[in-house]
Amino acid sequence: MEQDKKPVKEFVVSAIENGTVIDHIPAQSVFQVIHILNLDKYGNQILFGTNLDSNKYGKKGIIKVTNKYFKPVEINKIALVAPTATLIIIKDFRVIEKKKVEIPDTIETFVQCVNPNCITNHEDVPTKFKVLDKIDSRLKCTYCEKITEKKNMTFR
Amino acid sequence: MTSENYKQIQTMKNRSLISIDDFTKEEYFSVLDAAEQFERKPVQNILDGKVVATLFFEPSTRTRLSFESAVNYLGGKVIGFSDVSSSSVKKGESLKDTILTVCNYSDLIVLRHPREGSARYASEVGTVPIVNAGDGANQHPTQCLLDLYSIRKTQGKLDNLDIAFVGDLKYGRTVHSLVIAMTNFNCRFHLVSPPELKLPSSVKMHIKEKNLEYYQYTDLSEVIPMADIIYMTRIQRERFSDPIDYEKVKNAYILNRSLLGNTKPNMKILHPLPRVNEINEDVDDMPQAYYFQQALNGLYVRQAILKLILGL
Ligand SMILES: [Zn+2]
Repeated sequence: MEQDKKPVKEFVVSAIENGTVIDHIPAQSVFQVIHILNLDKYGNQILFGTNLDSNKYGKKGIIKVTNKYFKPVEINKIALVAPTATLIIIKDFRVIEKKKVEIPDTIETFVQCVNPNCITNHEDVPTKFKVLDKIDSRLKCTYCEKITEKKNMTFR
Repeated sequence: MTSENYKQIQTMKNRSLISIDDFTKEEYFSVLDAAEQFERKPVQNILDGKVVATLFFEPSTRTRLSFESAVNYLGGKVIGFSDVSSSSVKKGESLKDTILTVCNYSDLIVLRHPREGSARYASEVGTVPIVNAGDGANQHPTQCLLDLYSIRKTQGKLDNLDIAFVGDLKYGRTVHSLVIAMTNFNCRFHLVSPPELKLPSSVKMHIKEKNLEYYQYTDLSEVIPMADIIYMTRIQRERFSDPIDYEKVKNAYILNRSLLGNTKPNMKILHPLPRVNEINEDVDDMPQAYYFQQALNGLYVRQAILKLILGL
């Protein structure tokens, strides 16, 4: 196991000159993270891997994005779909900062309310949610008061 | 409580009333106390010079008339519309634009809208307080307050009561709000419904969180002798995916005179109205029937809300 793990770590940390590595993504969430961050439309180099062995999480995924440092709202998005993720900030091949993502107490604008009859799905109203559960990502809509859960979460 | 020791709370002034959760127990009591004052003296000229807008994006004649009569008895003026076909909304105006426009012409807006969350949104964009008169299946706080008023009025208290809820407990918005409000008081909940229409677990959670007792039944006759309040609701055909299931239960949750032979002396029957057939008309002249008085209480409670929010 140690043998398998080491090269992955090396690969992640060293192979990028400037940018961000998103590590410890649950394996099944890698493509969702790519999607919500619009990385599929990003012009610079992106490398990703999934179903990699991880001591802590079983199978994990990694995405490394060159020349990109994520804004707080983007980090919140990552936290919602990949609450175990770690962000590694890299400058000149060196790790500048390592931080775990954290779901904030409120989520604004980018999550869609699951309730089809919610005002936010009928008028031009930015969504707003109170986070009820940070592990399972359960969100209560400020407007219609219905709960949006991770399994039926979609993004705007 | 007498008028001498009645003290008006100031914390509701200029606030919107959107959800029953927005207000504290003390504020509920303040509304109920003020409503008692209006029951004694419903005609007071305190809204002189004030304009209240009633914007009903879907028809609800009963609620609208209750609000409008509340304003009229207090000497205020009403503007508004009772359905969207006669308003600019039909031309595609957004809710935000309608609210901002009407804020220019009124001191308070009473809003009924089919979309859930519309009232909260209106309170964020508007410059005058909004009173939610029903946003889709979400909230209808003045109904809840008039239910509380009716319970306190008939029982002399809100604590330590046995309350039976009967009928559609799954979709009934008024039931959900009242159950949640009553968890602030030490009550026992008797939940009578067909298995398909049980109280949702999200609402039961509120009862459990307060460590209160609740019991579930499918047979209405079981709860009648022990109840202080029986809160009846209508079971709608469209709630059943299989019409045979509806046919099986449609007559099982109807109150009639013969069922009411053995009740507590203080027992009262409430219903948010309109009823269809779930309370037989032979109950109407029995001392337990309280639903028409309950609707009248809505007038006093709405007068109280107008007074407290406008800080008069
Ligand atoms: Zn919503």
